[in-house]
Amino acid sequence: MSMNRPTDLYHHLVSRLAKKRPVSEPARHARRALQNRPRLSLSNTVMALSVVFLFLPLVVIVVFSFNRAKGMVWTGFSTGWYEKLFLDSDKLWSSFSNSLIIALASAGTATVLGTLAAIGVNWYRFKFRTYIQTISFLPMILPEVILGISMLIFFSAVNLPLGMMTIYIAHTSFCLPFVFLMVLARLDEFDFSIIEASRDLGATERQTLFKVIIPAVLPGILSAFLMSVTLSLEDFVITFFVSGPGSTTLPLYVFSMVRYGISPVINALSLVLILGTMIIAFALRNFLKSIAASK
Amino acid sequence: MKAGKTLAGRNYGPAYSYPMGLWFTVFFLLPILIIVVYSFLKKGLHGGVEWDFSLNAYVQMFQSSYAKLFVRTLWVTLLSTIISIVLALPCGYAMARSKYQTLLLFLIIIPFWTNSLIRINAWIAILGNEGFINVTLRNLGLITDGLPLLYTQSAVVLVLVYMYLPYAILPIFTAMDKFDFSLLEAARDLGATKPQSMFKVLLPNIRSGIVTAVIFTFIPIFGAYTVPLLVGGKDSYMIGNVIVDQVTKVRNWPLASAFSLVITVFSTAGVLWMIGTSARESARKKTSAGVQEAVQ
Repeated sequence: MSMNRPTDLYHHLVSRLAKKRPVSEPARHARRALQNRPRLSLSNTVMALSVVFLFLPLVVIVVFSFNRAKGMVWTGFSTGWYEKLFLDSDKLWSSFSNSLIIALASAGTATVLGTLAAIGVNWYRFKFRTYIQTISFLPMILPEVILGISMLIFFSAVNLPLGMMTIYIAHTSFCLPFVFLMVLARLDEFDFSIIEASRDLGATERQTLFKVIIPAVLPGILSAFLMSVTLSLEDFVITFFVSGPGSTTLPLYVFSMVRYGISPVINALSLVLILGTMIIAFALRNFLKSIAASK
Repeated sequence: MKAGKTLAGRNYGPAYSYPMGLWFTVFFLLPILIIVVYSFLKKGLHGGVEWDFSLNAYVQMFQSSYAKLFVRTLWVTLLSTIISIVLALPCGYAMARSKYQTLLLFLIIIPFWTNSLIRINAWIAILGNEGFINVTLRNLGLITDGLPLLYTQSAVVLVLVYMYLPYAILPIFTAMDKFDFSLLEAARDLGATKPQSMFKVLLPNIRSGIVTAVIFTFIPIFGAYTVPLLVGGKDSYMIGNVIVDQVTKVRNWPLASAFSLVITVFSTAGVLWMIGTSARESARKKTSAGVQEAVQ
């Protein structure tokens, strides 16, 4: 075998790696029978360490949100930072209400547009179908900075003043691809004969849509909506470009807190946001697999 | 074949799908086209552009300082992507074979969905001069001066891996989950060693998942802005930071547009590669299924 292609080199390396003599078949089966329980293999160890790695910073920050003093030296338990967060952080909460308004509005718009588009693309053949499929995929993969800048330049080119409206448009745009893909995945599992049956029984298109299709894919639609709310609530980079005076969202506010002098109030806020994320993830527990697949 | 064509009556496809198509055309395609046009214009005095054809932006891009920046961005991105993928492969394998899949997915997704600034802030609190590690080591008497952990290139790579590891794990898990693990046993029964069965049977079969994972980590890291800004030092700026500075501080919109355009072209090429890989894979699976049917 010549080693002209990189794949040849790869196979060569693999066969070098595999010089060890294979274990005999009965011995291996016996071993496998013994090993039919969670065990300390390399992959399980890496998995466990990765989960620890992912949670370590969150745990540290939550622990120190209960610290009495400001720094990272433990001086005693206190819920003072939580009192400050809930009772004395007006600006933070008004930025949160901005975030919530934008999240609900843009997730709602994205869910309606994305669901309808998924139904159309899944069941009909029409002009620009491929164009719509392709263009709905692209925003998901471009770096956020690029989306943000292109929108900023667009809004200034059409003289649309930056504010809640521009944030709403931007958020709807980056939520749409997720809704479209998640509902499409759901429709793919859907038994088409049900629709034919409803048609044969004399249902109109609108009746079919509202009484058959939408109830059948409702879990997918709801999870797409929740996913969009999450994406919108946590977006910083795109919002950073398209926000104007008076339209500060929670991530923008947190950014200014992180950048210009850290207050432990942000640690207290961390726990609140982590709990919020856990609730949403728990609500979506049956869809985590399809969300993983659409990512 | 999809049953769409057999539906009697009118074609409602456009009525369903054109609103979204229109939305993307106006709010996504048009902005990208404006960027293309702006990159060939002259910089306006106070931001904006002058309607005069010019290649200045592209000439500026090839300055040596930007070349250095480009190389650094590429290096940091490659390093973080490789680390993420190397960690994600065993993670995806462990998850796919685990009885507690939903719980593990849950554990991966919680940090992933938690506000990114909150997570960056947590790392600052850990790595900073008065951060958790330094304070703890000092109290234990192990060090006297603070270790410079934050505002370094390594901090940027560490936090980037932290932020994008789930992007690598999820597609690899999805691919592994569809993999028939009895093939590994078959390979072992036919005399393959464990590494052979992994490298020659498992990895080629999940190739499209790996490609997706690479794309979904590489592209966002390449355009990273927040992480280098908040945990990096003066010399860990990446392309994303320079583009933002060009827009907000220097107000050189043509140059920012040109940079954005280059990244857009690269990302699109990456995605076409990804789509090509998965199309080839499903085509291959179809032919092998056809062969099996023919044999039976």
